[in-house]
Amino acid sequence: MMDILQILLSESFWAASLRIATPLIFGVMGALLCEKSGVLNLGIEGIFAAGAMCGWMAVWLGAGLWGGVLIAALAGAFFGLIHGILTVPLGLSQHVSGLGVTLFATSLSYFTYRTALPNVSSPPRIEPFRALDIPLLSDIPFLGPVLFQQTAMTMLALLVVGLVWYVLNRTALGVALKAVGDNPDSVDAQGLSVYGLRIGAVMVGSALMALGGAFLTMSAFDAFFFGMVNGRGWICIALVIFASWKPGKALLGALLFGAFDALQVRLQTEVGAMVPGQVFLMAPYVLSIFALVVAARKAEYPRALLTPWFKGQR
Amino acid sequence: MTESKVLSLNALSKRFGSVVANDAVSLDLHRGEVLALLGENGAGKTTLMNMLFGHYMPDGGSIDVASPKGEMQPLTLGHPQAALSAGIGMVHQHFTLAENLSALNNITLGSEPLFALRRDRAGARAKVQGVMDRTGLVAPLDTPVGKLSVGERQRVEILKALYRDARILVLDEPTAVLTPQEADTLFENIGAMTGDGLAVIFISHKLREVLAFSHRIAVLRHGTKVGEIATSDADERVIARMMVGEDTPVTQRDAMTPGAPVLTLSGISVRNPSARDSLTDVNLTVQAHEILGIAGVSGNGQSALASVISGLRRPDSGSIQVDGDEILHPDPKTMIKAGVGRIPEDRHHDGIVGAMSVAENMIIERLDDPEVQTNGLLNRSAMAANADRLSQAYDVRGPGINARARLLSGGNIQKLILARVFEQGARLILANQPIRGLDMGAAAEVSRRLLEARAGGAGVLLISEDLDEILGLADRIMVIHDGQLTEVTSRNREDIGLKMAGEHT
Repeated sequence: MMDILQILLSESFWAASLRIATPLIFGVMGALLCEKSGVLNLGIEGIFAAGAMCGWMAVWLGAGLWGGVLIAALAGAFFGLIHGILTVPLGLSQHVSGLGVTLFATSLSYFTYRTALPNVSSPPRIEPFRALDIPLLSDIPFLGPVLFQQTAMTMLALLVVGLVWYVLNRTALGVALKAVGDNPDSVDAQGLSVYGLRIGAVMVGSALMALGGAFLTMSAFDAFFFGMVNGRGWICIALVIFASWKPGKALLGALLFGAFDALQVRLQTEVGAMVPGQVFLMAPYVLSIFALVVAARKAEYPRALLTPWFKGQR
Repeated sequence: MTESKVLSLNALSKRFGSVVANDAVSLDLHRGEVLALLGENGAGKTTLMNMLFGHYMPDGGSIDVASPKGEMQPLTLGHPQAALSAGIGMVHQHFTLAENLSALNNITLGSEPLFALRRDRAGARAKVQGVMDRTGLVAPLDTPVGKLSVGERQRVEILKALYRDARILVLDEPTAVLTPQEADTLFENIGAMTGDGLAVIFISHKLREVLAFSHRIAVLRHGTKVGEIATSDADERVIARMMVGEDTPVTQRDAMTPGAPVLTLSGISVRNPSARDSLTDVNLTVQAHEILGIAGVSGNGQSALASVISGLRRPDSGSIQVDGDEILHPDPKTMIKAGVGRIPEDRHHDGIVGAMSVAENMIIERLDDPEVQTNGLLNRSAMAANADRLSQAYDVRGPGINARARLLSGGNIQKLILARVFEQGARLILANQPIRGLDMGAAAEVSRRLLEARAGGAGVLLISEDLDEILGLADRIMVIHDGQLTEVTSRNREDIGLKMAGEHT
């Protein structure tokens, strides 16, 4: 027990939690934006892979790090556009289209990587984002190392949470987004474009998802591997439900998952001799299923989620 | 009423596939005028208004709208945004409100710049408050719309239009969901607004309110305008003849002596998470040769009552007797066997299986009958013969007995359900909103059949939100409010309306 307490009180544990949570924060904000407008985006897992590959590839080819971030976001928006066109004006099944985008984006990313680098045995590395060292802030005891010695992308993720919250709760655009996710007729009757709002939300949301992927290759690691997304996208879909479509709660959920993950790594080294390692690997997922069961029963779904809307049909 | 024209529809036409919904319909509207648009279901009223508001693109014709200065200008067709900025506001039959947003947000949605960083909430609130003060239409502005009553939601819809300075207001069946009192208040408000120059078009089925509150009446039939008449020159008979093209036979209801009880509910309570769907200590008896009418505004427990009687919902307490026998374990099959025939509220979803054929739907409640199956195999020729006979007898028209049932029109679906219910010789007929949404011809047919069943010795439980329907058919009337039933002896609209609103007199 003392060991767990010691872990929970250590700076490095909380810093790791936030680091592990960062791609989830991007992903969960992206999924939340899409779903608030009424479109489930199961393309998330593939869009993570595309973001990871495109961001890394851009930097490897000579772009700056922020150039890579931008390219990754554009790649995400592109796959979002595909999903948006298929599900919004064409009204196809959001599940099928989303899974299709995941398969397509994942395969295309691997294919592009292999085509560009046919003969490498170990993945080439780039110079990734470095941990920040902000004068004064980084020197605050405990908070400094946890919050302000992260990379710029983690700072960006936290900024995105605030931004999404502000847009949804304080701007006319946010009101329109929430309306189109609840009853598209309300938006249409007031002269706004249902298609425009939904496709826009899916594109911006997908761009955020791609940033989650870019974090993996440009901040957490410095290279692109096959299978590196490893279900993070799916976790985000679950986290959105856990958060009942609220940005603040979504951030909390992502941090919680990050903390579970950081904890299991540390526990493994502490008591690994007694318990098989797989139990620890499994723990964050079991805990998130448990949290989901508790939270999802009370979740307030956007009423029009999954329901296509067609102009001139009422 | 000044004679300055604010709107003219010029020969508007709209086709859906091979169906002509509107054929060269022209209509004028003047400042301060209330025009009632009448017609049977499918006559093209809503289509016409949807073209005016830009939801549909007309196949032919044009629309001119007066500018604030009074000059007639052509309206860009097919764009709600254009209609809104020309000063046309529309209140749809199915509200177009986002239930997760406050009334204020619903009202200002679309009228403020989307990409501004800040919103002028105070200014918007002041403007809405101004409109509320001027018109008497009051609604709570900060509560999520999902928590408002139907009447409040409708006021929010109207406020939405007025907030955008509508000079022409279209109301599609505005009173369908209101209590008689709420409806009267609505028309009082409309009267006040027209005094300020607002022009109103309202669509309605209810001749009474059309005669009481409009200045002029236009009648559509089969997509064409068949006539226009000043309300002062009209009465119910004249209008009904214009609508259907002939005199409708008045339903004859002969006096009858009620017989033995066919349905008795004692102390039935149903507790549901939503109070709108609960019942508290309901007692009622329906006798043979009797129609018991249950009046009430929707969402006061009608669906719970219907579910209990059709066996879909087991009550939490109380007992059910059908034809003198206590039903201990009610489920749909037991209830059908006991002699309950149901005409469900949502005939498209609960009345038929749309993907199955007309013939299959006609026998779906008696699949164990040896006439239609032997050892689990369907006897298709007997089914076809049965369907042919019933289609003839009940005048079910459509693409044929082997066509999928969803291809039938609403009226014909209802006739199919009637055929099924009456053919199995039901002792109790549960008729939940049997006439809603039907045109006059089909409605008269349903009424005739219900009276016929009553004459044949069945009891009928008629649940309806339309008081005229209840007054026209029922021998006894009970009012359902908040899950509780009260018998009313008076047949006075006012008295019943007050009970429907939950006021104890």
